[in-house]
Amino acid sequence: MEKVQLLKGNEALAEAAVRAGCRYYFGYPITPQNEIPAYMSKRLPEVGGVFIQAESETASINMVYGACSCGARAMTSSSSPGISLMQEGLSYLAGADLPAVVINVMRGGPGLGNISPSQADYLQSVKGGGHGDYNLIVLAPYSVQEIVDLTIKCFDLAFKYRNPVMLIADGMLGQMSEPVVLPKMIDVKDDLDWVVGNGNHAIIHSLYLNPEDMLEIHNAKLQKKYEAIKNECIEFEKYLCDDATSIFVSYGTPARVCKAAIDELREKGIKVGLFRPISLWPFPEKELNELASQVANHSGKVIVVEMAKNQLEQDVKLAVNGKCEIVALNKLGGAIFNETEIIDFVLKDRK
Amino acid sequence: MLSKIILAGFGGQGIIVAGKLLASAAMKLGKNVTHFPSYGAEMRGGTCNCSVVISDKQISSPIINEPDVAIVLNKPSKDKYEPKCKTNGMLILNKSLIKDETKRTDLKVGYIDASEIAERIGNSKVANMVILGAFAKITSLVNINSLIDSLKDVFPTMPDKLLDLNIKALQEGFNLAYVI
Repeated sequence: MEKVQLLKGNEALAEAAVRAGCRYYFGYPITPQNEIPAYMSKRLPEVGGVFIQAESETASINMVYGACSCGARAMTSSSSPGISLMQEGLSYLAGADLPAVVINVMRGGPGLGNISPSQADYLQSVKGGGHGDYNLIVLAPYSVQEIVDLTIKCFDLAFKYRNPVMLIADGMLGQMSEPVVLPKMIDVKDDLDWVVGNGNHAIIHSLYLNPEDMLEIHNAKLQKKYEAIKNECIEFEKYLCDDATSIFVSYGTPARVCKAAIDELREKGIKVGLFRPISLWPFPEKELNELASQVANHSGKVIVVEMAKNQLEQDVKLAVNGKCEIVALNKLGGAIFNETEIIDFVLKDRK
Repeated sequence: MLSKIILAGFGGQGIIVAGKLLASAAMKLGKNVTHFPSYGAEMRGGTCNCSVVISDKQISSPIINEPDVAIVLNKPSKDKYEPKCKTNGMLILNKSLIKDETKRTDLKVGYIDASEIAERIGNSKVANMVILGAFAKITSLVNINSLIDSLKDVFPTMPDKLLDLNIKALQEGFNLAYVI
């Protein structure tokens, strides 16, 4: 067992990626994720890897496309405005069935916005910011240890399904330090028959000109893959939900703040719980729907808490499907929740 | 036990790294910790702060609204955090740079001539360590040995000579802190 270390979210993420076998990193600097490329630039040469600071985010994502085409464990990272620039590349990666890992340490928007923590890229991540019928697997940690665990999972899932995987964290998680235990270096032996240079494979592409006998079939294949992912990759946490009459739905840093609020509200005799989706796509729809029945039986509410407006809430509405009332508490533009606000919101809402 | 501590001062006074050392020392004592720095457009001479939460239980929120303890190294930070401290909370002041009296009467106030002591023992940059030593003495939330033991984790490449200076700074702060 490795020892407990105090690590910053971004640095822990970078080291976890290296231990998961990532040997190629391409990126362009942007706060609040700069510690990732800074760490990689020092660390990757030590393990025989390659670090390139690209000329732009567009270049970074396409470098990842190239490395993944050769079967390499490759990643890029950025923050909101940079991720917007990568959307075309993400669609191409999805279309070409490539196992890329992309990290978004989200900041306030829209536009250049600010550098404070935000969750306003939820819909862009889970509904596809690029063109075409495609899905990324999207995972959302809420602690530094979970950043480590999920980063490793990102690489596993990417290669298992040959699909791009995105990890989204608000800037708070990238910047905060917590005790973590890192896994040992994983000895990766990817034996891939589809990569460029293996046998007759000379090209990886997402171009299928003929609709009926090519692109339609390709899309059907992608959809079949997405169905498999929906069945196999759902992840979530329930906190004090068993006897809860109302439920918070939240992920990332706000989910932590909800937990603090829940502990205080329960001291006042108010039975609330937290449902925390960890896989944002696929979304744990069925599990939340079951909880909505429980909430409806108590005439309670589902309370969405997000640092964004009507984003997570949309998926919650689809999952709850009218079974109970939904209210939302939002913070926009990089502002951060504190537990008092959440507690006050619940107390006021009950009156 | 749940303690919320804010460290604040000028950019360049080593606020962020002092917070990291504090969190690291508490972690060594088996506590759960979080450390969150103000980040981004900070600069030498501007103000900067970090939040350290220490708890026996899992820490829900790394965000601090009302600190139990505010460790302030300059006057703008005292002005900002004195009103925010929890009722009956604590303020630890760098007396070398903060001459004003505290306005609140409920707070326990600890004093240390951090900048002067740092200069006397060889380098004004270790004022952050002096005030951490004072914090250990006044609050007993971490002990001086766990701080000293954590130096090598937080500064893995620091030469012995500077390590010794930092240890001395922690010890001087511990020995010379007082509470009124």
